[in-house]
Amino acid sequence: MTGHLLLTTIALPDLFTFIFAGLAALVGAGGVILARNPVHSALMLVMTLFSVAVLFVEQDAQFLAAVQVIVYAGAIVVLFLFVIMLLGVDRREVIQRDPLPAQRPLAVVAAILVLLEIGLLARSHWSTGQPAVVGPTNGGQTNIVELARAVFTTYLLPFEATSALLVIAVLGAVVLARRAATPTDIVSKLNTESSDILVEAVADPALSSDDGQRSHQ
Amino acid sequence: MGADQLFSHGVTLAVFLIVIVKVLVAFAALMVAVMLMIWFERKVISDMQNRIGPNRAGPWGMLQTLADGIKLFFKEDLIPENSNRFVFKLAPYLTLMPAFLIFTIVPIGGIVTIFGHTTELQVADPPMGILFLLAMSSVAVYGVMLAGWSSGSKYPLIGSVRASAQMISYEAAMGLSVATVVLITGSLSTRDIVLSQMGTFFSFIPKWNILRLGVVPFIIFVIAITAELNRPPFDLTEAEQELVGGFHTEYSSIRFAMFFLAEFMNTITMSAVIVTLFLGGPDGYDPSFLHWLWPILWFLGKTIVFLFGYVWLRGALPRLRYDQLMDLGWKVLIPISLAWILIVAAMQVNRYMGFGLLVLSLLCAVLLFRSMSIGDQSGEATDITLAPTHWPLESEAKQIAPGLKVVRPTFRSGTPESGGSK
Repeated sequence: MTGHLLLTTIALPDLFTFIFAGLAALVGAGGVILARNPVHSALMLVMTLFSVAVLFVEQDAQFLAAVQVIVYAGAIVVLFLFVIMLLGVDRREVIQRDPLPAQRPLAVVAAILVLLEIGLLARSHWSTGQPAVVGPTNGGQTNIVELARAVFTTYLLPFEATSALLVIAVLGAVVLARRAATPTDIVSKLNTESSDILVEAVADPALSSDDGQRSHQ
Repeated sequence: MGADQLFSHGVTLAVFLIVIVKVLVAFAALMVAVMLMIWFERKVISDMQNRIGPNRAGPWGMLQTLADGIKLFFKEDLIPENSNRFVFKLAPYLTLMPAFLIFTIVPIGGIVTIFGHTTELQVADPPMGILFLLAMSSVAVYGVMLAGWSSGSKYPLIGSVRASAQMISYEAAMGLSVATVVLITGSLSTRDIVLSQMGTFFSFIPKWNILRLGVVPFIIFVIAITAELNRPPFDLTEAEQELVGGFHTEYSSIRFAMFFLAEFMNTITMSAVIVTLFLGGPDGYDPSFLHWLWPILWFLGKTIVFLFGYVWLRGALPRLRYDQLMDLGWKVLIPISLAWILIVAAMQVNRYMGFGLLVLSLLCAVLLFRSMSIGDQSGEATDITLAPTHWPLESEAKQIAPGLKVVRPTFRSGTPESGGSK
């Protein structure tokens, strides 16, 4: 798409929004892989997700924008942060040695492929830079109404299948997490490890009284 | 962009200026409202506790908040040595911004005409409407979470982990009760939600969503919102007796003030959202003069009732324990709101299906209750995970003091934590 075409199809405020949100998305994406601190990486990811949501709003895909923020920024990255904070991986990682052999060459190949793909997409008729008009052209409704109708009529089966898949995944996660701790396991574990342990001094001439005092505390 | 008539003839300079004025007025009004709210809360809670409360600055102590704000501005701004400086500075803004942004979608009045331009009395009316509330409340989690983490100290971290777990847990119930409102309205726009609640049953009962949906989603929403706001009785995040001050322990000066500004702003905004979703927003009796004024007064009146309610809750209820909080969220609110959304959906189809589903839900509730009580009795109680895991093993004890004998009491059916309550 040439610059001339770009200016005629996109109004000026839209162009500013696009440039600003696009830049923010790129900076965030760069920050995710460049930041040393995992929490900073996660925050940069949030910035990218937000900028993409802004781009969605600009294209009149409002529902997509809201879901982007609710699901990705509000749930998934929060979970990332949870894991980072609770498992204490907020230390600098050693990046001299790769966990997988040949990871770096593979990453370069994948990056080139993705860039080629984006280039192809940008050259095809898919990216017009125009806001979504399906709703207004199909009888004055908003895009959200059209989307809801499509999801609950034409694409009902895939939609229900996806939700069933998610529920199964949640149940599976719960079962896997709980298998290690059946009731008998917990009782025996508490009996051996972490019940109220009392340490009593016994008459042992080798024992100094200081040690006994200390372990009582 | 939105459904506001203001934009129907394109965006001219006048339209642009009207939008700017609306934003400024909303911001100023919210700031003043926060100031009055803090004063109101302190006065009412003082009255409930047989105290006088602020009574020095201004008439009835009304300017006390202003004095406190100025004092906080000039206090020293401390940044702890162990903190993550950038995130530490960012967190208060992340808490404050969603609080203001949610208010932008609340309709505070009817439709007015300014300088020949007809506009709705709300800052923005986007088609995604109420989804914006859910999006912003999920962003609000970040502020609290990052504030606690970046302080580089134990108590704030515990506070922030509690807060984020609590906010995520109650977001589900909140979203489901919002979904019932959306189901009966057929639109996400807050203006449409308010418009659909106009009119009356039998010409005297208002057609508000609280009645149309049965009272259940309203109650669930109010409880979930209270938890989302971290207000008493759900203020485990701050829990002064346990966590010093929770996530904002390490904050001082204006950053500390911003957390409190955000908390009170959120209280006002969420009361306004409750009014919008369930109590008809600006809907109410309209005498035939001053048409633009009455909706605003109705809206303010209803919001103040909820603000008083929040203060009352703080004065009346003790703080929940953490396991009670999680049980209430996951085992009570989410199942009920899931069942109720199905019932509302079936009622939209026809009455027989609705009552059929009501019976079915009751059966499911009995089953669920029975399975939960079996689960509780099997000894696999949640509070076992709260037991400390780092107590010494026999071998470790031997290492510390070789001559000691480890005497282990037999495992009791209740864990040490389950007995004591505060």
